[in-house]
Amino acid sequence: MIISQQKPIEEILGYLEGESNIFLLGCKGCAEACETGGEKQVLQMKETLTKEGKNITGTCVIDFLCDKALAKTRLFAHEGKIGKADSILFMTCGIGVQATSAVLPKVCHPACNTISVGGARGEWRGEERCNECGDCLLDMTGGICPLTACTKGLINGPCGGSKDGKCEFEPDVRDCGWMLIYERLKKLNKLDNLKKIIEPKDYAKMNPPKDIRSTIMWSLEQKQVN
Amino acid sequence: MNLGEHFKSGKFVVSSEIGPPKGINTEAMLADADLLKGKVDAVNVTDQQSSVMRLGSFVTCHLLKERGIEPNFQVTCRDRNRIALQSDLLSAAVLGIENVLCLTGDYVSLGDHPEAKPVFDLDSVSLLQVVTALQNGKDLSGSELSGSPKFCAGAVVTPGADPLEPQIIKMEKKVKAGAQFFQTQAVYEPDKFEKFMEQVRYLNVPVMLGVVMLKSVGMARFMNKYVAGIHVPDNLIEEMEKTENKADKSIEIAARLIKEMKPMCQGVHIMAIGWEKKVPAVIDAAGL
Ligand code: SF4
Ligand code: SF4
Repeated sequence: MIISQQKPIEEILGYLEGESNIFLLGCKGCAEACETGGEKQVLQMKETLTKEGKNITGTCVIDFLCDKALAKTRLFAHEGKIGKADSILFMTCGIGVQATSAVLPKVCHPACNTISVGGARGEWRGEERCNECGDCLLDMTGGICPLTACTKGLINGPCGGSKDGKCEFEPDVRDCGWMLIYERLKKLNKLDNLKKIIEPKDYAKMNPPKDIRSTIMWSLEQKQVN
Repeated sequence: MNLGEHFKSGKFVVSSEIGPPKGINTEAMLADADLLKGKVDAVNVTDQQSSVMRLGSFVTCHLLKERGIEPNFQVTCRDRNRIALQSDLLSAAVLGIENVLCLTGDYVSLGDHPEAKPVFDLDSVSLLQVVTALQNGKDLSGSELSGSPKFCAGAVVTPGADPLEPQIIKMEKKVKAGAQFFQTQAVYEPDKFEKFMEQVRYLNVPVMLGVVMLKSVGMARFMNKYVAGIHVPDNLIEEMEKTENKADKSIEIAARLIKEMKPMCQGVHIMAIGWEKKVPAVIDAAGL
């Protein structure tokens, strides 16, 4: 299971500044189990944001936002409400934000920090998308993770090695993550995001307490031993 | 005098570059450096260039300083975390090294230790922030330093990058983070450089044109194919092809490029990549 924690509400409100119409998206996979993106949390978020003067154009909780094909078909029914929104608030892990934001034509904000992969990654079994950094940056980068999409994990823009959209490391198979981020932000009319300096990452957040970090298999084994 | 002071005086600033050896025999490198003494305002010392392990940039800068040559200390984020970087910057300050060129660094796979663990704890922008913070008497976590070091922070930019927009946005961030001057990736097309300089004029920061000496047709083709943001146009490749004397031609081309682009920028950085001995000839031919 992917462990996520809701970001402080002030941070979320910061993301939504200047936007009045928001669509809320939750996930019935790991995020429901972590109580960060189930029905209950989505309704709570709706209430909180409404109190803050936001208009919630719609809400939807889907099984596994990490499966973008599935999410796309399920979101079809909400097309109108999504169309009316300025942005979509994703109450799910970093993998879910990245997978599903790639098929949505809107600005997408993460509501959670992904802190640990305590077992299988929902429907997504790879490490391509999220490093569980504990302080999600997807809001700034248009829903593409700079820590995994960029070989060097750079957070302030492309290095000098980006050529023809490819990374200096494995240029025949690897896209430059920062070119993907640039193209996405350009499409979303959000290039100003690139101008903000992102402060050095707090890598201590990648080491959450051991009890949240351990996988299901590890926990079971520990119980058997004791 | 550090590079910032040179820019303030309004002169056209000239720098060149040396690469430390793989090993401890420094004679050849220092002989090259001595040829540059009095000819340039500063000499860059590369930091494990192309991720190939060599003698360090820091100690080499110190050796230059001892010989009365102003060093430009290149620092990358590839091999050191924020603790080691800050400590090395303090060490440099104690030895009077003031110019610091802040770079991200090539990926480890490009060098001779591809199995190394890449660090990249900071990036070029945050490294500039670190230099600025130290100058203000604080470290990255906000703790007070006893005594504030004096630096002149520099950064790099690639005028030939495609697309150019993300480069310029990052350049703007570097200025905000404290970059006081820029050295560019090699440029061979004055018209493109002119357009670039127009686009970055609003940043109001000195830019040193990067000139890499063309050593052969093969080198030009290699750079065109593999090096991001470098383009050697066909007419220059043809000139190299036709010449009998590659070294003279290379000097002539470099000098011509400098003369042509000098009015557009505030300085030039000449990279000879093995031909360091020929740099004084380039400087003379360019009338610097
Ligand atoms: S920034 Fe990347 S690594 Fe960090 S939580 Fe978000 S998706 Fe995961
Ligand atoms: S080329 Fe692009 S993906 Fe590769 S390290 Fe540089 S910025 Fe990151």
